[in-house]
Amino acid sequence: MTAPVVIYVPRDAAALAMDADAVARGIERAADERGLSVQVVRNGSRGLLWLEPLVEVATPDGRVAYGPVAPEDVAALFDAGWLTGGAHPLRLGLTEDIPYLKHQERLTFARVGIIDPLSLQDYAAHGGLAGLKRALAMEPAQIVDEMVTSGLRGRGGAAFPTGIKWKTVAGSPSDQKYIVCNADEGDSGTFADRLLMEGDPYVLIEGMTIAGLAVGATYGYIYVRSEYPHAIATLEAAIARARSVGWLGSDVHGSGRVFDLEVRKGAGAYICGEETSLLESLEGKRGVVRAKPPLPAISGLFGKPTVINNVISLATVPIILAKGAAYYRDYGVGRSHGTLPFQLAGNLKQGGLVEKAFGLSLRDLLYEFGGGSASGRPLRAVQVGGPLGAYLPESQWDVPLDYEAYIQISAMIGHGGLVAFDDTVDMARMARYAMEFCAIESCGKCTPCRIGSTRGVETLDKIATGDASQREQQVHLLRDLCDTMMGGSLCALGGMAPYPVLSALNHFPQDFGIESSQSAAHAA
Amino acid sequence: MHQREAKSDLASSGGARGGKLALDAAQASPTPAIAATARIVARLKDLPGPLLPVLHEVQHELGCIPAEAVQTIAEALNLSRAEVHGVITFYPHFRSEPAARHTLEVCRAESCQAMGGEHLAAHARTALGCDFHASTADGNFTLEPVYCLGLCAQSPAVMIDGQPHARVTPDKLDRLLTRTLEASS
Repeated sequence: MTAPVVIYVPRDAAALAMDADAVARGIERAADERGLSVQVVRNGSRGLLWLEPLVEVATPDGRVAYGPVAPEDVAALFDAGWLTGGAHPLRLGLTEDIPYLKHQERLTFARVGIIDPLSLQDYAAHGGLAGLKRALAMEPAQIVDEMVTSGLRGRGGAAFPTGIKWKTVAGSPSDQKYIVCNADEGDSGTFADRLLMEGDPYVLIEGMTIAGLAVGATYGYIYVRSEYPHAIATLEAAIARARSVGWLGSDVHGSGRVFDLEVRKGAGAYICGEETSLLESLEGKRGVVRAKPPLPAISGLFGKPTVINNVISLATVPIILAKGAAYYRDYGVGRSHGTLPFQLAGNLKQGGLVEKAFGLSLRDLLYEFGGGSASGRPLRAVQVGGPLGAYLPESQWDVPLDYEAYIQISAMIGHGGLVAFDDTVDMARMARYAMEFCAIESCGKCTPCRIGSTRGVETLDKIATGDASQREQQVHLLRDLCDTMMGGSLCALGGMAPYPVLSALNHFPQDFGIESSQSAAHAA
Repeated sequence: MHQREAKSDLASSGGARGGKLALDAAQASPTPAIAATARIVARLKDLPGPLLPVLHEVQHELGCIPAEAVQTIAEALNLSRAEVHGVITFYPHFRSEPAARHTLEVCRAESCQAMGGEHLAAHARTALGCDFHASTADGNFTLEPVYCLGLCAQSPAVMIDGQPHARVTPDKLDRLLTRTLEASS
């Protein structure tokens, strides 16, 4: 009897949202009817999201991709002989040769989409655990040094050097320390955390374990937003399996070291992506931002020294340890070392995940990868870095994606999410939305954010609908308000909500009904 | 030493706060919501920072966090009712009233807006005949906004009873709503 043909159908929410479960059932049923032997493996997503569900057939030449596969396509695919890589309009060739994937530099996402996310064997067979094994043979201080040397900066958005954060926690003596993973990925246009948690959960577990070894923490929490039920289920299943084979627990990999962790579920509050608010939420309180200092690294969860890092930061730790700090550091430009999983979203033909070294331009991402707008109309504005990121006009699309270069143009790379808009967008409305979002999501602790955002919505309404002769005055007021919010807010929500507002005003003044010269004078 | 007998009414007073007594009494409560809440709290109260896990479980089991559960939770965790109420009302996910039989969440964030999300949101309102944060008159659907489902490359996106759906057009939404009703009837 011949071995069954392996067919990969993603289990990622992005694929499920396009009927992947029905496709998987259809494949099993059709194979049964035809007396063919197939084994359906539910992998993570390759990140080519406009092609989901992207089904792959393992052939002797490699994995051949077909997509997007609808349940009604399955019979025709069998008729076309797809089990041997047969031709069909949905055939995309060898997955590895698809340009979108081939031109990436996948370090953090090396295994995502390739393996069965919950298979311990797959994980170990595809390079998993190499980082942890090296870390177990090192002194804690050496691990921290390795992280400092790698140049990894917080991938959640703030870009603070991860190694420095760890060093502070390592140097804070305490009977108990914690590793907290911030998986409250609430920014629109971002999904890298979700793809990783659903596609390769063990890499996050490994990264957190290494962090625990480095700073002397024995317990970790992954705070996942409630909007991600599939990520929560995958992580919980992965943690249970990891515990059952001794990857977690009182004797991690037989080393005698202790590390365990659990998933905690958020409850729909965007502000809980802010680190101190997240800690409050974990403690069972309202997610109200804490004043800093003290830093969480010194007094964090339950008042104990706490490493709090984003999913992507922690999931990048294993490859840094496995391949060495220099290997990772050599990717990127300037002080932006390594790679960033960019997320292409909004009005783009080919939305998805593109992991690349820093230094490429937005234009490359939008056109080389994204394929231009989905609507076929010209692209007009791109918001980079989530709801608190600036809107970039075409004149800024050639600026290299580098943390410092973006700061120079009053923008931020943030979590690497970008949302593209075509020329039908009304930027005054987007500016109003930014203020409205801040008003909805403000924790209410500081006045500039709580009141300022509401006043911002009102002022923008007056600019849009009010007396044209008053407009200049209202714009002046709005700029003044933005200045107060940026300077006086306690955290990045109020402090950065003005970025999308001001960038819209400066680069697209015609949408606000004002002269461009008037706006340019302020922008200069 | 003389063991003092606790009076049964202590369970609802400050005297038994955070104690086993309050929970034992509540678990025996004739009100099903109180008894269920007490069982959940008894199971989870020793977690560090137990309140959010408790609230999630209560909502999962009862469909919402009713007012009578607040008292039980507060007493068992040694919190004031105001504190528990504050937490429930801070987080949009928690609700004090039960939702309709099905919940439709429509993403309102930027990426979905770039792909016609506002049009879809307007269509959802019209199709269901209710606004956001409200339920249809027949009790079939609750309509909620959501700020990002992480399906931004396949905008606009919605979630129906926890199942994600991407690239949703008004027509596709109508089909999904019909299918949801058919599946449950």
